[in-house]
This record gives sequence, structure tokens and C-alpha cells, in this order.
Amino acid sequence: MDLLISAFEILMRWDVALALLTGSVGGVLIGAIPGVGPAVAIAILLPATFSMDPIVGLTVLLGIYGSSMYGGAIPAILINTPGTAVNALTTYDGYPMTARGEPRRALSLAYSASFFGGIFSVICLILFAPVLAKVAPMFGSREIFLAALLGLILVVVAHRGQALIAGALAAFGIFLQTIGLEPVKYSQRYTFGSDFLGGGINLIVVVLGLFAISQAFVLLTDEDERIRLTKLRGGMFQGLRELGRHPRVASVSAAFGVVMGMIPGVGEFTAQFMSYTYAQRTSKRPQDFGNGSSEGLIAAETANNAVPAAAMVPLLALGIPGEALTAMMLSVFYVHNVVPGPGLFQNQMDFVVALYLALLILNVLVLIFLLFATKSLIQVVRIPNRFLGVCILTLSFVGVYSLRNSAADCVLAAVFGVIGYILKRLSLPSVPIVLGMVLGGIMEVKLRAGMARVKEPLDFIDRPVAFILFLIIIIVLTIHIRRVLKDRKELKEAEWQTRNSSIRFGKLMLRRRNSFLKDRGKQVRARHSKRLRRLTGLF
Amino acid sequence: MPTEKERRFVGPRRGQLIFALFFFLFSAVLLALIPDQTRWVEKSKFVAQPRFWPAIGLGLMVLFGGLHLYRLPWWRATRYDFWEVRKWFVVLEFAGWFMGYVVAVPIIGYLPVTLIFVPALSWRMGYRTRFMLGISVVFAVAVVVLFKGLLSVKIPGALLYEYLPGGLRSFFILYL
Repeated sequence: MDLLISAFEILMRWDVALALLTGSVGGVLIGAIPGVGPAVAIAILLPATFSMDPIVGLTVLLGIYGSSMYGGAIPAILINTPGTAVNALTTYDGYPMTARGEPRRALSLAYSASFFGGIFSVICLILFAPVLAKVAPMFGSREIFLAALLGLILVVVAHRGQALIAGALAAFGIFLQTIGLEPVKYSQRYTFGSDFLGGGINLIVVVLGLFAISQAFVLLTDEDERIRLTKLRGGMFQGLRELGRHPRVASVSAAFGVVMGMIPGVGEFTAQFMSYTYAQRTSKRPQDFGNGSSEGLIAAETANNAVPAAAMVPLLALGIPGEALTAMMLSVFYVHNVVPGPGLFQNQMDFVVALYLALLILNVLVLIFLLFATKSLIQVVRIPNRFLGVCILTLSFVGVYSLRNSAADCVLAAVFGVIGYILKRLSLPSVPIVLGMVLGGIMEVKLRAGMARVKEPLDFIDRPVAFILFLIIIIVLTIHIRRVLKDRKELKEAEWQTRNSSIRFGKLMLRRRNSFLKDRGKQVRARHSKRLRRLTGLF
Repeated sequence: MPTEKERRFVGPRRGQLIFALFFFLFSAVLLALIPDQTRWVEKSKFVAQPRFWPAIGLGLMVLFGGLHLYRLPWWRATRYDFWEVRKWFVVLEFAGWFMGYVVAVPIIGYLPVTLIFVPALSWRMGYRTRFMLGISVVFAVAVVVLFKGLLSVKIPGALLYEYLPGGLRSFFILYL
């Protein structure tokens, strides 16, 4: 109880209240504009929050992170274009509802489901915080190194079909963070004798380039879309009642969101996929999914909104971000000398609870705002793409230049903007680069510290938590290798169309030999050699 | 007709081969430079060597980049690949606009340059109506007032502001 009171005291300030309001309304607006998204907005605003108090800066960023998915549902439902990437599944059932004349019902259901997901996850995590506070101190240097390694491996293997290039890009991130002056032996690494590389490559410069500037390039080279908006009539409260009729789908989806959000590198997409599949399998009307099913909409929206609060767990408890947005927030902590990790849970638990309470209040504010302001808000969808590109490019300048007033940083950001644009064109992931940079830095420091007390390699995993993490890494890699082998087998079967026969090379040769020796084979060869003789006879 | 391997590939075909080849060569060149660009310190643990983490990063880049290149379903560049590369070069124009903006701000000033940059780029993108140009001017002013005036982000005063009279000069340096 004392903890809650002290957490409320942290929040009872006019600047925190203003940050909550700005973050929630700004997040909804940003989410509602297709092509912007929370990553772009957070990247741009990051340097501006450095001059604020940690709680104020983090509240603004958390507000944008938590509320953008509410806003992203609006274009997903009304014009079949997801406002943020994670709202893609919302279009499956949201847009068919609009097409059959129920846009108000779809929007109100999406808001209610998102609200339930957000509140559910925050309550879970407030209740879970004392357990985390007990577990977090068990993480020393070795455990944090292994957890960061696990996070990086999960990020790579999560990109199914692209794991090799995701691994290569994560390694590129690890390499980028090593550029500059090495802090222990004071030696230059890959600076090529230049001064501006001596200070290293700033994470925010890379993030702004990869997310904001590249998105501006995408929009500037894109065509403007013609948008026809459906008119909304009547109130927006019916969704709350309808959500009450599906408590099982809502709570299971929210639970998936919480669990998946806590695992680094997994996030919204897996949570949505699992909850949507669960809802479809257990539904009495599975044929409605994809054609405007209310259960499908609830599953998608509840799961994605339960993730932001849960994604803060590895960041706050271990200092390990699991995705690009939390990686950006980590830099806000570092700027203010608040080091997230076990120490934060031991010494500043009220700060952690204050952040969760801020998320709770934020969800309420967003719901109220949306229930009353949706009709006017939907107009932001009309902003033309290329003009949006101009705006993002202008705002990116503030983000990069205000960091160190360095033109070299701007050149680097522009270079990463071009790299991000190429990655987007090729549908390759840019998140592994950011996480490689953040987690690579953590791994370098923690491995050095952890190995100082280790005599033999096996001593590294002689503590229970380290051993469990090591086992999880082995299990994840084994599952991934099995999946890759299974995919290869399926590919070979599909290529050779031999589902029931072996695809081993020896067996294949044996089959060839048998068919070669059979009468039918002899006939075919005789026919072919006859044709060949005729053909050579022509010349 | 695409093969099964091509059909199962995640992402478009155009540009993949050139990107993978460039990434692999870039990583290999950087790895080859490791003796010049990093140092090996005597009497220091292997994992504490300054060379250790660049070697891990670049080694994995070469390994995974090479495997990605090897596993690509296409080994021959087509005209679509070269069209794609031309498309990548198109954005250099906008990168140039951005750098021009960066160079001009410390000389002319944040507000005046933003007031020129946003409407000029909007004009370039085809928004030439009076309404859209008006919106760009409003947006430019709003950005400067919000970030420099209210949030006080660190953007230094311009060289031109030095020629303004006393009070106006400090107001411009601080807020615009």
C-alpha cells in the first residue's frame, strides 16, 4: 500500500499529467495516420525528452507506445489500411464489418478490446512486480549476458524464412556499437583515423535514420492514395457491452499478450497470431473469422494492446530491451543516469510502479478521448502521403541535430535512412540492427565482467539462473534447427513431388537406377536416341 | 514459372542478389581490415581484447551474409535488379534536401530555413495549391515554436542572427 501511495506521489505533478495527456492524445493521432507509427514518433521525440525529468520523458514515450495501437485500429477498420504494423490483423475482421455497414460497432469493439488488453496487462504486472523484485537480484553479469544473448537469438529466429539475413543484420548492429574508442584499453576501433567516428555511432542517430528518415523516403517516393471515409453515426459505447459477451476470448488473448510481451523479440505479432488462432479454433462460428467476426477483432486488438506494459518487464527488471521501441526508451534511462536492471527494482520500486500506474491512467484517458473524439479524429487519415514524408523529414532534423549539433551525425542518419529505405524495399527487417547495437553493448560489458571471476568455461553456467538461461538458449536453437530442417524437407518434397518417398540422395539414385532398368525406361531411351539420331542427321 | 524455392522466398526478388552480394563483400572487406583497425593487447584475457567484439560482429556478418547469399534462389542479376538499384539512388535526392537543410540552419537560422524548406519541398512533391503551401508554412512555424521555443531543444542560433539589433538578437538565438 505504501508503495502505491509513493508511486502516486511521483505522478501527482502537473508536468506528469501534461505528459500523460500529450502522450495519449499524440499517440492516438500518430497511430491513426498510416505511415507514421510509434517508432517514427518516438525516434523523433527522444532527444526532446532528454531535458525532461525521467518520469515525464518516459511517460510521454510510453503514452505514444501504448496508445498508438488504439489509433492504428481506426484506418484499419475504416479504410482497410493498418495505422501501425501491428494493426494488420485488425483489418481481417474490422474492415468486413465496415463493408457491411457496421463501422461504429467495429470501432467501438476495437477500443473496448484494446482497453481491456491494456488494463489487464498493467494489473497483471503490478501484481507481478513483487515477484520480479525478488527474481531480479538473482541476475548478475553472467545472467544478464545470457539473457541478452537469448534476446538476440529470439529476435533472429523470430524472422521465419529470413533468419540468416536477420542474423547478419544483428551482427551488423553488434559491429556498429564497437566503432569508436574502446573504453577499457582506450584503443580506437574502426575509426579509420577520423575524429567523428572516435566518439562512436550514436544509437539514436541509427534509430532515426532506420525508422524516421527511411519512412520519410518511402512516403516521398510513394503515390498519394485516394481515401473514401465512411460516415460514423451514433454513440461508441456498444462495444463495451459486446466485449462482456466474450470474456473467455478477451482474457485468454490478453494473457497471450502479457506472456509474449515479456519474451524479448517475440512481441505483438506472435501474441496476435496465437490469440487469433485460439479464438478461431474455440469459436462456435469459425467460418466468420476473416469476414467480420467480433471474436476475431477482440482477439487481435486485446492481444496487441496487452504487449506494451509487458514489454517493459525485461527492460525494467534486467535492462534488456526486447524490441526497437523499448531499446529507444533505454537511452532515456541512460541519459538520466537511471540504470534499469535489478538495482532499479530493489531501490526504486516506487518509480517502477509509477510507470505502470501511468500506463493504467493512460488507457483510461485514451478510451475517453476516443469515445468522444473519433468522428473528428478520422480526418487525419486524409493527410496525403508525400506531404507526410515532408513533415517527417523536417521533424527528423530536430531529432538528429539537437543531439550533439553535429552535421556528421546528420550525414550518418541520412546514410542509415538510405539503408533503412533499401531494407524496406526488400522487405528485410531493420529491428535486428537496433537490437544488435543495444544488446551487443550490454553483452560486451557483462561478458567482460562475468569472465573476470570464471576460471573454466563451465563455471560460467554454474549458478541456477545462468544454467536455466543456457538451457533455454539450447532449446530455442534446437527448435529452430529442427524447424529449418523440416522446412527444407517440405521444400524438397514440394520440388520433387515425392511425399511418400525418401528424399535422401542415395535413395534418389536408387530410384533413378530402377526406373532406368525397367522396360518403360528402355522404351523412352530408345525413342529419345532415335530422335537425337534424326536431329544429328539433319546437319 | 517460379520454382518452389522462389515461391517460398520471403520478400520481392528485385534487388535481393545485389544487396546480398554487396553486404557480403562489405563485411568481408571490413573483416580483412581487422588487424589495422583494432589492437591486440598483451597480457589481457581473450574476451577482454578490444578486437574480440568487432571480430564477433564481422565474423557473423560474413558467415550469415555468405549463407544468405548462397541460399538465395537467384544467382543471375536481371534488368529488374538494376531498375531496383536505380530506385535506391532516387532517394539520394531527398537525402540531399535533408543535408542542405542541415548545412543552412547554422548559417541562416532555424526558423527562416524551415520556412523555406517545408514549402519548397512540398512544391517539389507537387503540392502547389495555395492551401497546401499555407499548411506547409503553418507546419514550419509550429515545429520551430514547439521544439525550440517550448521544448528548448538544443539548436544553436545562426550566424545571421549576430547582425540583428540587441534584444531581438537574443530573442532569436533563444527561441527561433
